[in-house]
Amino acid sequence: MTTPALHDLSVAELARQLQKREVSAVEAAQHFLGRIQAAPELGAFVALNEEATLAQARAADERIAAGQARALDGVPIAHKDIFVTKNFPSTAGSKMLAGYQSPFDATVVTRLADAGAVTLGKLNCDEFAMGSANENSAIAPLGFEQPAPVRNPWDSSRVPGGSSGGSAAAVAARLAPAVTGTDTGGSIRQPASFCGITGIKPTYGRASRYGMIAFASSLDQAGPMARSAEDCALLLSAICGPDPDRDSTSLDVPAEDFSRSLNDSVEGLRIGVPAEFFGEGLAPDVRAAVDGALKEYEKLGATLVPISLPRTELSIPVYYIIAPAEASSNLSRFDGVKFGHRAKDYSDLTDMYKKTRAEGFGDEVKRRIMIGAYVLSHGYYDAYYLQAQKIRRMIADDFQQAFKSCDVIAGPVAPTVAWKLGEKSADPVANYLADIFTLPGSLAGLPGMSLPAGFGEGGMPVGLQLIGNYFGESRLLNAAHRFQQATDFHLRRPEGI
Amino acid sequence: MALTSQDIARIANLARLELQPAESERMLTQLNGFFDIVEKMRAVDTTGLEPLAHPVAAIQEVALRLRDDIASEPNQREANQQSAPAVERGLFLVPKVIE
Repeated sequence: MTTPALHDLSVAELARQLQKREVSAVEAAQHFLGRIQAAPELGAFVALNEEATLAQARAADERIAAGQARALDGVPIAHKDIFVTKNFPSTAGSKMLAGYQSPFDATVVTRLADAGAVTLGKLNCDEFAMGSANENSAIAPLGFEQPAPVRNPWDSSRVPGGSSGGSAAAVAARLAPAVTGTDTGGSIRQPASFCGITGIKPTYGRASRYGMIAFASSLDQAGPMARSAEDCALLLSAICGPDPDRDSTSLDVPAEDFSRSLNDSVEGLRIGVPAEFFGEGLAPDVRAAVDGALKEYEKLGATLVPISLPRTELSIPVYYIIAPAEASSNLSRFDGVKFGHRAKDYSDLTDMYKKTRAEGFGDEVKRRIMIGAYVLSHGYYDAYYLQAQKIRRMIADDFQQAFKSCDVIAGPVAPTVAWKLGEKSADPVANYLADIFTLPGSLAGLPGMSLPAGFGEGGMPVGLQLIGNYFGESRLLNAAHRFQQATDFHLRRPEGI
Repeated sequence: MALTSQDIARIANLARLELQPAESERMLTQLNGFFDIVEKMRAVDTTGLEPLAHPVAAIQEVALRLRDDIASEPNQREANQQSAPAVERGLFLVPKVIE
């Protein structure tokens, strides 16, 4: 048996080898930096800072040598470029923030660094996390002169999903053992599904939003993406925890060891299967893979329970009212005064705002700002925004009804496998409709994850979505881990990687 | 209900976005395409329902809090201004606002 390469090790195994000093943090960092630099064609990374990375790695090695190792000491990770970082530019994929240097680190970045993780760099994403294909980035990835879409490691003519597309592609291509992502309407789960990796979004309020460049504040949540549920659990334990002084929506729920119940049996687990997730919009290849995964759970002793989430379809308009409304408010800070882009020529202050924003924002961001400004404007607020917030409560109540008869909910993450680059880019509504299965859980603020469940058309990965009740992350990870002990979909790799 | 080009101009002004004529036209078509899928939502009877802002409030009381009004951050004026488009003597520069 040959020794597996460093990039094939799980986070758990890599952490173990680091702590036993079988490999040093500097070696691990250099190994991954080398891989990243050797594979620029994916467009996954937008920034590296070798000096800062190696300094962090050396510090980890010193702690390990001194017998003061922390949980993730020396484990290389990378951050979606929606988290602000002191040592790397923070752009949110936008021309508006090209070259922006944050004076502080996001809480999630700090917490992972405090756990000993070493930052490799920043990952491409859709502009301000708005997109389902990672085709909306306005920042040139490493090795590119111009902005370029991220490519799916399983088929470079396809999208990786979005908005955490760079994150998902990097993990699938073994450019990092684990990364951070953010999920507003599915931006961790959908790219995880499209790239055949595992990702989890915790309950809204468990991960601090401080330093996460805001898109929709009542929906945005950070979470880890890695190859397995076990690895996600390690990172999620570091990420979650109250941040009362810096995020007013952060919940006073203590940090948790999400690895503790990974190995629990799933015998008797009641899995709710929502009829609305298996309608005619679901592609047959995705359905076949998801059905296969559900059968596997039955073999493991779980019971399938038919449930109904009757407002699944309504979640599309509800989400696409609420999220743009919050975005239009959040993005009003980009005015060309305190940071970011400013237009060169203008006649007065208002003209400066208008030209700065016209130049700095991309098309999708402008569309959402326009939708948001409209639904919040006088005379339309009640009919759109308030109505959407009320239906949001109905959607959350539907889930509570469903959880009376089941412990977790399972279904597809997306109606299809990853589509071809450019296929939907001219039709924004087509992109919105493809979010149908991730939006309900987002609106309800529930934890949700995606785990590899099989393959569909073109040999592309299909993810299984698991949705838990509030604070049910460890149960989700347990269910996912047991599935991964019985299957090997999460161990498969794209050709040539 | 369909938006008109006047609506687009009004919203763009509210959002402080300058749109080129071709962009406005495209925006009009796309926004109308979008509001087609919103129509279903408007017909839902939501009488008596409270809007849900913090999702976890669906199951428990979530009180938004204020922190104590004390300075907790060090002064980092230079670091905070390093990405500003125009700064002079520690002040942000903007076009003349008062004649």
